[in-house]
Amino acid sequence: MDRSLFGEWLDLGPIEDIPLRGARSVPVQGGEEIAVFRTGEGRVYALVNKCPHRAGPLSQGIVHGDKVACPLHNWVISLATGQAEGADIGCTPTIEVRVVSGRVQLKRAAVVGRAA
Amino acid sequence: MSRHWTPPADPADARPRLVVIGNGMAGCRAVEELLARDPDRYRITIIGAEPHVNYNRIMLSPLLAGEKSFDEIVINDAGWYEENKIALVSGDPAVAVDRRAKRVTTRSGAAIPYDKLLLATGSDPVIIPVPGHDLPGVVAFRELADVDAMLAAAEDGGEAVVIGGGLLGLEAAHGLSRRGMRVTVVHLMPTLMERQLDEAAGWLLKSSLEARGQTILTSASTREIYGGGRVEGVRLEDGREVPARLVVMAVGIRPNAALAREAGLEVGRGVVVDDHMVTSDPDVLAVGECAEHRGQCYGLVAPIWDMCRAVADGLTTGPRPYAGSAVSTKLKVSGIDVFSAGDLAGGAGCEDIVLRDAARGVYKRLIVQGERLVGAVLYGDTEDGNWYFQLLREGADIAPLRDNIIFGRAFAEGGAADPKDAVAALPDEAEICGCNGVCKGRIIAAIAEQGAATLDDVRALTKASASCGSCTGPVEALLASTLGESYAGERAVRTMCKCTSFGHGDVRREIVAQGMKSIPEVMHKLHWATPDGCASCRPALNYYLLCAWPGDYADDEQSRFVNERLHANIQKDGTYSVVPRMWGGITSPKELRAIADVVEKYDAKMVKVTGGQRLDIFGIRKEDLPAVWADLNAAGMVSGHAYGKALRTVKTCVGSEWCRFGTQDSTGLGVRLEQMSWGSWMPHKFKMAVSGCPRNCAEATIKDFGVICVDSGYELHVGGNGGIRLRGTDLLCKVETEAEAIEYCAAFVQLYREEAHYLERTAPWIERVGIEPIRARILDPASRGALAERFRQSQRHSQHDPWAQRARGRDRHLHHHLAEVRPKENA
Ligand code: SRM
Ligand SMILES: Cc1cc2nc3c(=O)[nH]c(=O)nc-3n(C[C@H](O)[C@H](O)[C@H](O)COP(=O)(O)OP(=O)(O)OC[C@H]3O[C@@H](n4cnc5c(N)ncnc54)[C@H](O)[C@@H]3O)c2cc1C
Ligand code: SF4
Ligand code: FES
Repeated sequence: MDRSLFGEWLDLGPIEDIPLRGARSVPVQGGEEIAVFRTGEGRVYALVNKCPHRAGPLSQGIVHGDKVACPLHNWVISLATGQAEGADIGCTPTIEVRVVSGRVQLKRAAVVGRAA
Repeated sequence: MSRHWTPPADPADARPRLVVIGNGMAGCRAVEELLARDPDRYRITIIGAEPHVNYNRIMLSPLLAGEKSFDEIVINDAGWYEENKIALVSGDPAVAVDRRAKRVTTRSGAAIPYDKLLLATGSDPVIIPVPGHDLPGVVAFRELADVDAMLAAAEDGGEAVVIGGGLLGLEAAHGLSRRGMRVTVVHLMPTLMERQLDEAAGWLLKSSLEARGQTILTSASTREIYGGGRVEGVRLEDGREVPARLVVMAVGIRPNAALAREAGLEVGRGVVVDDHMVTSDPDVLAVGECAEHRGQCYGLVAPIWDMCRAVADGLTTGPRPYAGSAVSTKLKVSGIDVFSAGDLAGGAGCEDIVLRDAARGVYKRLIVQGERLVGAVLYGDTEDGNWYFQLLREGADIAPLRDNIIFGRAFAEGGAADPKDAVAALPDEAEICGCNGVCKGRIIAAIAEQGAATLDDVRALTKASASCGSCTGPVEALLASTLGESYAGERAVRTMCKCTSFGHGDVRREIVAQGMKSIPEVMHKLHWATPDGCASCRPALNYYLLCAWPGDYADDEQSRFVNERLHANIQKDGTYSVVPRMWGGITSPKELRAIADVVEKYDAKMVKVTGGQRLDIFGIRKEDLPAVWADLNAAGMVSGHAYGKALRTVKTCVGSEWCRFGTQDSTGLGVRLEQMSWGSWMPHKFKMAVSGCPRNCAEATIKDFGVICVDSGYELHVGGNGGIRLRGTDLLCKVETEAEAIEYCAAFVQLYREEAHYLERTAPWIERVGIEPIRARILDPASRGALAERFRQSQRHSQHDPWAQRARGRDRHLHHHLAEVRPKENA
């Protein structure tokens, strides 16, 4: 497995591994689990896998447009900003992510920086 | 067949030698650009693998379809090379580049020296290495030779399979069906042209192609190409076989960088170049599909033209950098208009503007970021494609156009009016509802003379806005302007969600009436205001379609709440609970032992007897679920659907078998009811109970369907709810035999499945519609029989244990992490 950790970006694997309108989780040793999302339009986002409400695993929510509905109490979180939408107030950290040649990559500093 | 043509040699000619490898679109265009700047600067040689002069590759599609001849698609004929004194080596590929000696060797052994070398080797078609990929009759779609092979096969008609539903595959399919072949397109992804289109446009495209007689199989993966000595067909992963005499593989392209790699140049996905198309060797340039510029490889000609200008500038008048290109795509299938541009997978903070016009088959979606247009998908009406593309490329500020930009250039630039005023200003004859041909005057009359005060009144009286709903806005504007203050504004019927103006009932009715078979189809025909709905409407639509078309509709996993996707209940700490079915509340030592083993083996934190008479295992990690299920399956247990909008438990009491008051076999009836109905998806959860006498130990009168056994038969009770708002059941009727009890139950369940709104339990459903109409439908023998039969029909497709399927490996991705990061170990 090519999970090169030495570059600026961490390679997670091919984009097809994330279902359209879905998400996959990425645990980080010593840090917080990350959720990587792929929207119906193919946009890719990453957030800490924790709802700002009561830490629900956002990777398990229903993805619609550029948002995810938390599986625990249905808060709707913007994938772009991590902000809760509507009347709810809270924000989950976003993680820099990119897709290069069909592979998903996380910004190393953003991930490792979060790992204590 | 190699052919060399060299201009007369001139020993005194000391100009630098430019050698171009690749006699295709990019190679020749770069030379044309160069000649336009300085015709005498270089001695030029072009080396081409194909035995032809330079032709227009993109016109291979019309060539295949019979819309063009080869002569018509030649860009530069033999005379062009002679006139410009370009030496042409064709049908003889370059096989090596010696950068130290500055020399190219061809397959026939010719050694050609250069001062500057330009690589323009294009791409290779990707051939997926399934068994049989090398059988005669399997072709790619890249060169003239491929088209010749396809035309030869098409002469005898018959069946063809095109693997790949992207741009190339669909153009190949179109050409072959124009040539009289019966074509099946096999596409791995759920959406055609998924790179350029979204789900909605992909669905429209699929429908149009199907209407033209092509068979389109999406989410279909090729396992092998079979045939003895020659292609006979394609076998899919799910076992289906599609016969074919010709298989076209159009699954993608890969930059052809082999020569560059062997020559030691820097190669990523393609040959890496800087903004002047110079590779890691200052005397070697690369252009076209073989080049990788700023991490990007292109597969379309427009960027290639830009690159060629940069090459020519760099080789002559002075470098002017190439900064990358935005791309747009059009499908070249006559009569089908598809346009896509920019970044549909754009960055953060994008918003969508969507227009759907089902009557005209039009779908438009613009992707806006801040005040800039970053992407566009157009289907059915692509007239404004170039305008959008221009706004996109220029990064124009679209704020002044924003409200009307989706309607196109003429409208947006013509000055926007308030839509309400615009409707008020219309003449009485103006048509408001295109579907039902209702004009403004008729609607005003319904409001002013017939007393219509709500949208639903107008729909009932005139049919306006009752079909596709796209004129809901104007109708409401007319209500508001005619009624003034007294218009309540809101529809009496609540809409499903903010994505649509329709209520649940409207949507359910239209799905059946219009025979709609997929979520994108419903969203299109009913004019959804969002591209892919929201977390409320997607699960509802998925259920309505599943209920309307059992066996036919392919469930959309991503439209399900996590519990139904993972077939377990999510807990507040992100672990899951697992509840196996215990038919009628009965268990056995074997089952109990298996449950005990699972609890220990997977370190479950708790086992609990539920309020539904079965055992709940808590604290299972999503990674362990398939293994837990496999263990439970091995002891004969299946999913209890404790997580589903589905049949949950059937509680029973001990009944006549043991109890001194028992009148009937309540336990047995409970088990039989559960066996009949398990696995069925419903609008909400559905619980049953059977009590052996009116003491009602199974609490049957607070269940969705409850049976109280009495000496003379069975009392059937419906619509009970023990939940948030306690509601006792209504007595539906009394029947004499157990068989009748089961039949009535099937009919009631089906009526609920077909008519309740998503997330409406039986109690609120019955309160909304009243028990009488329900009773009438169940008591009428013909209607009851039909309902029960539809339920049995649907159950034939749903009684598969989802746990067993997943224990065998289905949806594996749901249980595994995408990757793991261990910074400490690697840093
Ligand atoms: C496990 C269990 C409690 C227990 O330990 O006994 C339970 C647990 C939950 N119930 Fe329940 N209910 C359980 C029996 C009941 C019962 C009793 C019954 O079925 O006889 C009721 C009242 C009867 C009824 O439904 O009419 C009941 C009324 C509810 C309600 C309110 C429903 C309503 O219509 O008002 C909810 C909330 C909902 O569904 O939206 C709910 C929701 C839940 C959820 C799913 C909450 C959630 O969304 O996470 C709990 C899931 C726990 C889990 O992970 O398994 N549970 N729940 C029972 C599982 C029964 C089973 O074997 O499947
Ligand atoms: C059927 C079809 C339809 C298309 N339709 C469109 C469209 O509508 N719009 C659009 O923008 N794009 C379209 N394209 C894509 C477009 O044709 C390509 O982007 C373009 O041709 C790429 O130009 P190129 O010069 O890089 O590669 P090519 O045109 O493929 O030229 C490369 C040439 O190099 C030759 N070569 C390779 N290796 C060697 C070697 N070692 N020695 C000598 N010669 C070599 C090849 O034989 C080939 O002739 C289509 C492509 C196909 C196949
Ligand atoms: S009663 Fe409330 S807390 Fe208890 S299981 Fe049901 S939903 Fe959860
Ligand atoms: S934890 Fe996400 S909504 Fe409560």
